[in-house]
Amino acid sequence: MRPGDRIFKNLTTGAGVFVVALIGLIGIFLIVQAIPALKANELNFLTARIWQTGDPNHLRFGILDLLLVTIYTSLLALLIAMPISLGIALFLTQYAPRRLARPFAYVVDLLAAVPSIIFGLWGILVFAPKLAPIAEWLNKNLGFIPIFGTGNVYPNFQGTIFTAGVVLAVMLLPIITSLSREVFERTPTAQIEGALALGATRWEVIRTTVLPFGKSGYIGASMLGLGRALGETIALTVILYIPAGKTFGWSLNDGGATFASQIAANYAEFNNPKSAGAYIASGLVLFVLTFAVNLAGRSIIGERKAD
Amino acid sequence: MTTTLSETERLASPPAFQQVSAGRKAKNALATVLVWLSFLIAVAPLVWVLYTVIANGVKRIPYTNWWSQDFGSVLSDEVGGGALHAIIGTLQQGLMCAIISVPLGLLVAIYLVEYGRGTRLARITTFMVDILSGVPSIVAALFIYALWITTLGLPRSGFAVSLALVLLMIPVVVRSAEEMLRIVPDDLREASYALGVPKWKTIMKIVLPTALSGIISGIMMALARVMGETAPLLVLVGYSAYLNWDLFSNNQASLPLLMNNERATNSMEPGSVGFDRIWGAALTLVLIIALINLIATVVSRMVAPKKK
Repeated sequence: MRPGDRIFKNLTTGAGVFVVALIGLIGIFLIVQAIPALKANELNFLTARIWQTGDPNHLRFGILDLLLVTIYTSLLALLIAMPISLGIALFLTQYAPRRLARPFAYVVDLLAAVPSIIFGLWGILVFAPKLAPIAEWLNKNLGFIPIFGTGNVYPNFQGTIFTAGVVLAVMLLPIITSLSREVFERTPTAQIEGALALGATRWEVIRTTVLPFGKSGYIGASMLGLGRALGETIALTVILYIPAGKTFGWSLNDGGATFASQIAANYAEFNNPKSAGAYIASGLVLFVLTFAVNLAGRSIIGERKAD
Repeated sequence: MTTTLSETERLASPPAFQQVSAGRKAKNALATVLVWLSFLIAVAPLVWVLYTVIANGVKRIPYTNWWSQDFGSVLSDEVGGGALHAIIGTLQQGLMCAIISVPLGLLVAIYLVEYGRGTRLARITTFMVDILSGVPSIVAALFIYALWITTLGLPRSGFAVSLALVLLMIPVVVRSAEEMLRIVPDDLREASYALGVPKWKTIMKIVLPTALSGIISGIMMALARVMGETAPLLVLVGYSAYLNWDLFSNNQASLPLLMNNERATNSMEPGSVGFDRIWGAALTLVLIIALINLIATVVSRMVAPKKK
C-alpha cells in the first residue's frame, strides 16, 4: 500500500475508533465523578425523593421523584404524539397530492429546526394560559380520577406536567413522523396494487398493507422519540414548576423536575465537585436510560432494514 | 398498449366489489378526515410559534442598537442596548464547534463508506454514532464538565460549550455525509483507480467533490441545530451582559443563554423589557438559522456537479 493511502486509511479508521471510544469515555467520566457524591450521600440514591445538595457536607439526594416525573412526562408526550405522528406519516405517504408531499414533509421537519428554548418559552408564556382552562375543566369534572386530581401545584397553575407533556408531544412529532414516513414509503407497490385490485378502499389498503408492513418501523421510531423525550432539557426546565418540598403524586396537575430539567435548573450548584457529583450521578442514570431506549428503538428499526 | 380493451381482456364477470358498502365508505371517510386533521395539528403549533416569535420579536430588532451594542450599558429592566454580545457568542461557539466536528465527522463518514464497508469495526462505529445521536445534550454537557472542568481544571468558557456541542454535531455530520458518499456511483471510483490514481487521492479529488453539495447542506443543518442548544450553556459557561470576544476564558453570552437569563431574572409581563428581549433574541436566532440554511442552499447549488 502506498504511504499516502496508509496514512489516510489510518486517519479515517482512527476517527471511527475515536467515536466508538467517546461513548465509553462518557460513561467512565460520569461514573468516576459520581462516585464521591454517591459515597457521601446520606439517603438511598434510588429510593429517596428528596434533593438537597446545597450543602456539600450533608448531601441528601435520591432520584425516585426525578425518575417518575421523567417517565410520566415522556409517556404522556408519547401518548399524544404517537397517533398524531402516525396520521401525519400516513397523510404524507398515502393522502397528500404527490406534488405537495415533499413540501408538506419539509413543513413538518421545520418543527424540528425550532430551538427547544423557543418551544419552552412559547409553551409557558403563550400556550400554557390557553391550556390552563382545559386542565381546570378536567380537574373540576373528572377530578375523582387520580390523574386529573389536584396536584402539588395549584390546579390551574400553568407549569404542570400536563403543559410540559403537551409541548413535548409537539416536539416529538417531527422525529416520529420522519422515521415512520421512511418505512411506510417502502411498502411494496405490488401489495398496495393487489389490495386495490380486490376493491379495497383507501383506508382498507392502508390497514391491510401499509400498517402491517410499517408497524415495527413505527414502533422503533416511537422508541427513538421516547429517547428524545427522556433527555429533553431546556424546554422542560422553562415549563415545569418545581414546588418546594412537595413530591410527585401521579396527577397531571403536579409540577416537578425531570433528570434533565433538574440538572439545568440548578446549574448554580456546579460550584463544588461534591454537589456537582450528585447531579452527574443523576445524569448517569439518564444516560443509561436513554441508551437503553435508543438501543431498543434502533434494533427494532435495524431488523426491519435487514429484511 | 391499446386504447380499447379487446374481447379477451374484458372481465369475464363483474368485479367482486361493485358497490362499496356504507359502513366501509364511512370508515374510509373517517380515516381520511383523521389523517388530514393530524397533519393540520402538526402545522398549527409551527405557525403559532413562528407567529409568536415574529410578532413579539419584531419590536426590538429593527433598531441598529440591537445589532451593535450589548446589554452592559443598560440596566436589566431598562429599554435599550442590544444583543451583539449574544450574537457574537453564538457565532463563535458554533464556528468553533464546526471547526472541530466537521473534519472529524467527515473522516468517520469516509471510513464507514470507503474503508470499513462490511467490517466489524464499521458496524460498531455506525451503532455508536446512532447511540451518540441519542445522547441528551445535558449529558454531553456533564461529560465535558467532568472532563474539562473537574479533571483538567480548566475554566468554564465558551470553548467548553463548543466541545459539548461537538458531541451533538458529530453524529449529524457523520450520518448526512455517509448518506451522500454512499450515493456516489462506484463507476467514478473505478475509473479513477483504472487511471492509476491512489485510493486516498480518488477520495479527496473525485468522491468528496461529487458529494460535496449534499455534505454542505448536511453540515449547515447540523450547525443550525447546535446553535439553538441551551442546556450545555447553563453548565459550561456563565452569562455575561458584556461583549466578550475571548472564547477561552470568562463568561460569554449567546442567544439561547440570553433568553434563559432574561426569563430567570426579569418580569415576563407582555410588553415588559424582559419579554421584548426574549422574543427579540428568539427572532434573531431564527433569522440566523434561516440565513445559515439559505447560505447552505446557495453554496451547495454552486458546488453541485454540473448536469450535462
